[in-house]
Amino acid sequence: MNADLVDLLREGLLETLYMVFWSSLFALLIGMVLGITLVVTEKGGLLESPKLSKVIGSIINGVRSLPFIILIVLLLPLSRLIVGTSLGPTAAIVSLSIGAAPFLARIIENSLKEVSAGKMEAAKSVGASPITIIFRVLIPEAMPALVRGVTIGIIGITEFTAVAGAIGAGGLGSLAIRFGYQRFREDVLIATVIIIILLVQVIQWSGDSIVKAIHKKRYKFE
Amino acid sequence: MVNIQSLTKSYKTPKGDIPVLQDIHLQIEKGDIFGIIGFSGAGKSTLIRCLNRLEEPDSGTIEIGGRVITDLAEKELRQARQKIGMIFQQFHLLDAKTVYQNVAFPLEVAGHPRPYIHQRVREIVDLVQLGDKENTYPSQLSGGQKQRVGIARALVNSPDLLLSDEATSALDPQTTYSILELLKEINRQLKLTIVLITHELDVLQHVCNNMAVIENGRIVETGSVEKFFLHPESDTAKRFVHIIDYYRDKRHVMEGVGAGI
Ligand SMILES: Nc1ncnc2c1ncn2[C@@H]1O[C@H](COP(=O)(O)OP(=O)(O)O)[C@@H](O)[C@H]1O
Ligand SMILES: [Mg+2]
Repeated sequence: MNADLVDLLREGLLETLYMVFWSSLFALLIGMVLGITLVVTEKGGLLESPKLSKVIGSIINGVRSLPFIILIVLLLPLSRLIVGTSLGPTAAIVSLSIGAAPFLARIIENSLKEVSAGKMEAAKSVGASPITIIFRVLIPEAMPALVRGVTIGIIGITEFTAVAGAIGAGGLGSLAIRFGYQRFREDVLIATVIIIILLVQVIQWSGDSIVKAIHKKRYKFE
Repeated sequence: MVNIQSLTKSYKTPKGDIPVLQDIHLQIEKGDIFGIIGFSGAGKSTLIRCLNRLEEPDSGTIEIGGRVITDLAEKELRQARQKIGMIFQQFHLLDAKTVYQNVAFPLEVAGHPRPYIHQRVREIVDLVQLGDKENTYPSQLSGGQKQRVGIARALVNSPDLLLSDEATSALDPQTTYSILELLKEINRQLKLTIVLITHELDVLQHVCNNMAVIENGRIVETGSVEKFFLHPESDTAKRFVHIIDYYRDKRHVMEGVGAGI
């Protein structure tokens, strides 16, 4: 491996990590708010409001039905508005966050639904408010499922990052396209693929470890 | 202590409203252990859940300790619930919290200071004989121990009323017995009024002083537990009592046969 390749890969990796980190954070925040809202507003929920539930559900389905690459293009003006440019990793974070948030919202919704209604009723019966129940019961009880789901979400964002690379976001995806595809540099192509695979493995492994630690604490077994 | 007047409740289904409680009237004295017995689907759970409004009644009034529960707005209702403990058939403990944290939860909700919470949780955990399990998670407890945690959680904030929705139905007979003994002990020590629903005669016989029989959403008989066994009036009561008579006769017959040999 020559020095120029190592530099390229390091820069690509750093850009990818930068995009994955911030996009995951923002998508997680938006997804959490939407996911919780979906669960508590559904029929029989803590703050039942079928209309709101339907509106949010429809928006999520709408955004999710668009192919990601088209969503990025649609969101370019928004990136320009928020970060001043539609090129580069920072601009991509805007599209990635918004593109991945509905995906995370659904994952989070499903994780939260695993918490039995009985537990929330028990909390209600001691006089807990909906907010208390959300933060002290719903989220902690769903934690293993949430971590598992969010891990899948972050891996999804990592893949999206590579796609965004194709249209000027930078990162490993962009390297693979610019060098591997356009300049026939197979060594770059293979190296980026290996790094992305490793990155996904590390994310999955981290998620699994957290879940295992929670289980070990709560259930005293693996 | 508890006064229920003209309570009705129906569930809305696509096929129309299904009445579940119809014109329920019931008085429960302070310090009583009051049993509501009925067969499966009679409306027992719905009735007891109306008392703390986990289920919203359609009409009628419920008064608990002088407070008209059915008139309370959301915030007042939450405050009232802090003084109405409830235990469940499936325990409904929080898996993410230790025994200590489960029991402390109602006190945190009520906004008590930490040192008080600490002392009070200790006290109540000792009362239910789980002093050595404070830092254990529910998944590591037996059914009986889980229900003891449930009872501790229901009692920790010194309620005026304890509601029990088939609290022993998921337990084996011996554990059931020990939980019933605990409830009796608590009733005596704390002068706590207990309303419990059950479909088990043993439970009624073992702990209750007074009872009501519920059949198809109506109270068809009330009175002392003795009356229930000696002079059952309603269909349900007769069917229940018939079941024990049946086994008693069978035992006599079998003992008779044994003696004859
Ligand atoms: N959420 C609900 N929606 C529709 N029907 C219900 C609902 N909950 C209970 N029921 C019906 O109400 C009746 C009484 O139920 P329940 O109070 O649970 O009886 P019990 O506790 O005596 O077994 C049953 O016929 C049951 O099917
Ligand atoms: Mg029931």
